[in-house]
Amino acid sequence: MKRWLFWPVALALLGILQVSLRGLIGAYNYQILVLVGINIILAVSLNLINGFTGQFSIGHAGFYAVGAYTSASLVYYGDSAIRALIPFLPSPAQNIVLLLLGVLAAAAAAGIAGLAVGIPSLRLRGDYLAIVTLGFGEIIRVLILNIDAIGGSRGFFGIPQLSNFFWVYLFVLITIVTVRNIVNSSYGRAFISIRDDEIAAEAMGVDTTRFKVMSFVISSMFAGIAGALFGHYTMYLHPNSFQFITSFFLIIMIVVGGLGSIEGSILGAVLITVALEALREFREFRLVIFSVLLVLVMIYRPQGLLGTWTLSRTRRKSVRSQAAPTVG
Amino acid sequence: MITFLQQLINGISQGSAYALIALGYTMVYGVLRLINFAHSDVYMFGAFMGYFIANSRWIQSNFETSPLSAVLVMLVSMALSAGLGILIERFAYRPGRSGTRFTLAFWFGILGASGGALMRSSLASIALGAAAGIIIGVVGEKAGLRPVRQGSRLGLLIIAIGVSLFLENGGQQAFGADPKFFPEIIPTTLLDVGPLKVDSQKLIVLLVSIVLMLLLNFIVHYTKTGKAMRAVSFNLNTAKLMGINTDRIIAFTFALGSALAAAGGMLVSLLYPKIDPLMGVMPGLKAFVAAVLGGIGNITGAMLGGLIVGLAEVMSVAYGKSTYRDAIAFVILVVILLLKPEGLTGKGTVEKV
Repeated sequence: MKRWLFWPVALALLGILQVSLRGLIGAYNYQILVLVGINIILAVSLNLINGFTGQFSIGHAGFYAVGAYTSASLVYYGDSAIRALIPFLPSPAQNIVLLLLGVLAAAAAAGIAGLAVGIPSLRLRGDYLAIVTLGFGEIIRVLILNIDAIGGSRGFFGIPQLSNFFWVYLFVLITIVTVRNIVNSSYGRAFISIRDDEIAAEAMGVDTTRFKVMSFVISSMFAGIAGALFGHYTMYLHPNSFQFITSFFLIIMIVVGGLGSIEGSILGAVLITVALEALREFREFRLVIFSVLLVLVMIYRPQGLLGTWTLSRTRRKSVRSQAAPTVG
Repeated sequence: MITFLQQLINGISQGSAYALIALGYTMVYGVLRLINFAHSDVYMFGAFMGYFIANSRWIQSNFETSPLSAVLVMLVSMALSAGLGILIERFAYRPGRSGTRFTLAFWFGILGASGGALMRSSLASIALGAAAGIIIGVVGEKAGLRPVRQGSRLGLLIIAIGVSLFLENGGQQAFGADPKFFPEIIPTTLLDVGPLKVDSQKLIVLLVSIVLMLLLNFIVHYTKTGKAMRAVSFNLNTAKLMGINTDRIIAFTFALGSALAAAGGMLVSLLYPKIDPLMGVMPGLKAFVAAVLGGIGNITGAMLGGLIVGLAEVMSVAYGKSTYRDAIAFVILVVILLLKPEGLTGKGTVEKV
């Protein structure tokens, strides 16, 4: 396929699917598909910092929350003001502008939050970094719980529904392509060198702090985007959706899929989201069975389902000669 | 001033309970370098065991509410929780280290039991399901399904999260999801200490915690097993080369930590009697914060960290907004780690290539 054809074809396909999908697979499956997409964005972005840069962060839900609440409050409170600026556009186009503004604001806010958290805490290593990111995630959640303008502990009602399958999967594609391009660029090689041996990387002249913070901020920005899409899809936000258990599930996705492989993160996000839905058949034993299966997978396949396997054949060969990524 | 002193007592007794849980985290981290997320659920398990034992007919008919029955309830629950800790270590964490037998059978047994309970909630159905699961597991193992060595610590961490999820959700099925009320195994009296009114429960919490910590200190520093524990946490492989049965020492560490967590669970339940299967999540997290705060892997540090977290929390509720209660532990953690990245008692380590 010609390279320039990718985006037009992708847009057209997504558009066709958006129009036909709900009728084809039903509202329930459609909703699961949207959730899968949001989880793919979260998992792939988390993999950038955990899998490729080797920095053990378990506070992703915090940035997800920042994005969700930023975009929701911008659109909720700024709705008429923004529409008044673009009265010449038809209403659906105004909605698109609102959504994109929300997503941009979410990415910016989550990125700033990531910078504020990352600069001080990325000095720490391994488990200390993990617990501090977890702590920041919880602090963000408790702060949201205490801001009355965005619902506090009641939850944020009345967010307009602006995102749908099309927008979610458009951003899934953007996330995957961006992360893949970063990983394959010189920046990505710097990230991977930090993961493989931080001291050696520093000795080779990699500014480890700068690259760690950069990776953290990019990862946070995409979490923010996922949050914006989530809020504008479900129309309701509650701090309980952003507890540390949410971060844990994201970590589970990237590890089960195979750390350090984008394909693995996608697979993990799809698998875990779908498994949690499919296990509903087991009613109240759903999470009991899920947790036992999780333990079994990790005991019998600790490198994750895909390990470092990737779709690209040339990279598959080069990866085989490298050591498996280790964290912490 | 009086209220401050009153709050100080509250904080210290809350903190000593956190310290008891933090000790389990820090000891397991010491020997395995693993954040044992399942520890908070062992704390819950301990409280529930205490609840069931105290309400059992045997205790009710043979002992009334007396100090002796309280001690008995505590000891039995601690022993049971120690057993749970050993089970967790044996079937969840050890397989990735030394490929233990019957791992598959154990987990398939649980799956089978859940399946049995789903079909009909009778003991026979559960037992039948478990038996079927165990047989399949044993066959699978004979066919060559062996645990794989854990290459990174992250896999072990996901297993810990899995075990924690399992205990929380399994607990909801086994104990019921609705909250229960922990019996008053020791009657409450208000003591007058000068101008202060001190709840006797708080003093008991404090006293029992101190006794347990002294006991732990004795075990770790003055017994042969304790010496072996310190050796394992210093360097696992070298300890093994010196002839220490590391698997046994690790199991012992889990037992010890779990017993302390169970004691913590029951002591906290004396102060706040509402117990439910998710009760361990927040205290567990805060106790872990306490362990990191003090310098993880360090026993004195865990005690110190527990006290700081408990005091800070009680003071923030007393003099600030109670809605920020759950954040205060993390704020302190962030501040202290940014100033002193190895925790309060941690020594700076020089990184070697």
